[in-house]
Amino acid sequence: MSVGLPLKAPQTSPQDPGTAPAAVAPVAPVPAPTRGTAPVSRRPLWLSVVQYALLACVFVLFVVPLLWLFTSAVKPEADIYTWPLRWVPTSLELGNFVDAWNSAPFGRFFLNSIITTGVGTALEMTCAVLSAYAFAFVEFRWKKAVFILILGSLMLPGHVTLLVNYITVANLGWLNTYAGLILPGMGSAFAMFLVYQQMRTVSAELVDAAIMDGAGHWRRMTTIVVPLCTPMIVTGTLIVLIGKWNDFVWPLIVTSTADMRTLPIGLQFLRSQEGYTNWGAIMAGAVMVAAPMLIVFFIGQRRIIGGIAAGAVKG
Amino acid sequence: MAAVTLTATLSPARRRRRWREGLLFGLLILPNLAAILVFSYYPTVYNVVLSLTDWDFIAPAPVFVGLQNYLDLFASPEFWLVLWNTLVFTGISVGGTLVGGLAIGFLLSRRLRFSGFTRTITFAPHMLPGAAVGIVWLFMFDPTYGLSRWAFGLFGADSPQWTTTSDWSLWAITVAYTWQRLGFVAIIYYTAILDLPKEVFEAASLDGASGWRLFRGMTLPLLSPVTYFLLLTGIITSAQAFDIIAVLTGGGPGDSSSTLTWMVYDEAFSQFDIGTSAAAATVLFLILLVVTVVQTRIAERKVHYS
Repeated sequence: MSVGLPLKAPQTSPQDPGTAPAAVAPVAPVPAPTRGTAPVSRRPLWLSVVQYALLACVFVLFVVPLLWLFTSAVKPEADIYTWPLRWVPTSLELGNFVDAWNSAPFGRFFLNSIITTGVGTALEMTCAVLSAYAFAFVEFRWKKAVFILILGSLMLPGHVTLLVNYITVANLGWLNTYAGLILPGMGSAFAMFLVYQQMRTVSAELVDAAIMDGAGHWRRMTTIVVPLCTPMIVTGTLIVLIGKWNDFVWPLIVTSTADMRTLPIGLQFLRSQEGYTNWGAIMAGAVMVAAPMLIVFFIGQRRIIGGIAAGAVKG
Repeated sequence: MAAVTLTATLSPARRRRRWREGLLFGLLILPNLAAILVFSYYPTVYNVVLSLTDWDFIAPAPVFVGLQNYLDLFASPEFWLVLWNTLVFTGISVGGTLVGGLAIGFLLSRRLRFSGFTRTITFAPHMLPGAAVGIVWLFMFDPTYGLSRWAFGLFGADSPQWTTTSDWSLWAITVAYTWQRLGFVAIIYYTAILDLPKEVFEAASLDGASGWRLFRGMTLPLLSPVTYFLLLTGIITSAQAFDIIAVLTGGGPGDSSSTLTWMVYDEAFSQFDIGTSAAAATVLFLILLVVTVVQTRIAERKVHYS
């Protein structure tokens, strides 16, 4: 299965509307001047205009809130509390970040987010790779039943488990600890499935040759299977990492002290400190929470989108 | 007896090997399986037990009260309001993202200039923490200094008090949530459209099909597995939307923007009424279960798998 590939074709080929090969859905070889499905090679002018106008609308719809986030974070107070609205800051006010940093323990929030996300992702991906290898390469009579059991957990709504998990963690004495933040999210079904799908494509001859050489499971896994499946492991890691960084409700209920809060919860804390209306500082806080994920996304977007699409379209 | 004769026919070496493989399988799977059993399956079951009790986290043990929590729940007008809110929020956000996402995905697949960059920007909100997205919308919804005042001002109207009046609060969370999820749906449709078999479309257009007819007759049916997937996961995830509600309205004012998910949280961690929270969670679980089963049934009959 060619997971992760669907996006490569459009991205590696030139994005030229005039000469691009016709890989787009409804393709008519004869010019058919009807709405929406004109041939790619010859598109009437009016249709191009309409399509570009629509594309511009979509772009504005998504870019404006993002710009609003970043510009508000660097606007001096006078630019925020004024009317008519000022789109572009008159000067760059980095004091908002200082304000935010001083009125809430952001250093500590960052540390907590990095630890829970880092350790949590490492643990979940370890679980994912080990179980994917077991399902793909180790013989066991009730393998299929265990597989269905693990994938079936995707159907259990997380919000239904919230209350009991809180009680479990409290009974273990894990409230306000990293163990409580991290361990309940350790199990992996989605990332395991992604990695498993790629492991199934590893050629049997390669594995058989390793067996002939006397390589045990551990050697086969670490020297052949894992290196060959690195693309999907990286994709899974990115998706899991973003999910953990953005997690809100679990850190909210399992921590109650400011020194154990993660960034998304810290943002709420900042709002309460700033009296809910000091927008400059609050938006600066939001930038600090959001920026790391934007960077991760822009760097790894092809893999992330590919992995998510693979789970949806092919899965 | 049969098992004994079966294993007896295997040579001792093979039997040992099979046993060792089984042991290895168990070891590899153990951390994952244990975590999933303890933190996914067990809580789902035990939650039902808790829903039959009365507890406040403080009393030494939950007291069994039978179905009382459910009876109280069904008798309270707040519960029905919350259920209605959940229906409106989920219905509009899922419907909106499917229709909007299909349109945007189709547009992105037309290979226009700048569509690569637009694609990136479209998907970006889905990667951001809901808490940050909530904050951005909170400021944009601000009737005095927010973008909303400007947008409504274009039509000569005053901005509504989005997050602080019960007439608008449900719309506030629905709009913000739909915006965050729209790009995800669009990209999934975009990928699926690029994956469609070209030959089928060439054949169909040779037969004279084009435009809207081609789209309705070919594209939509061929996309139906993806639509089905997006519908199912869309309902499950939006019914559980939390961070945007927490930031924008906190379920208020009153219960005007409270959904079932918010109620589960609020009853347990603000009201300390464990039984009611667990009962609401069980209702949420049953609704999602029924949705899944019904959709799977329909999908088996109607969805076109290529």
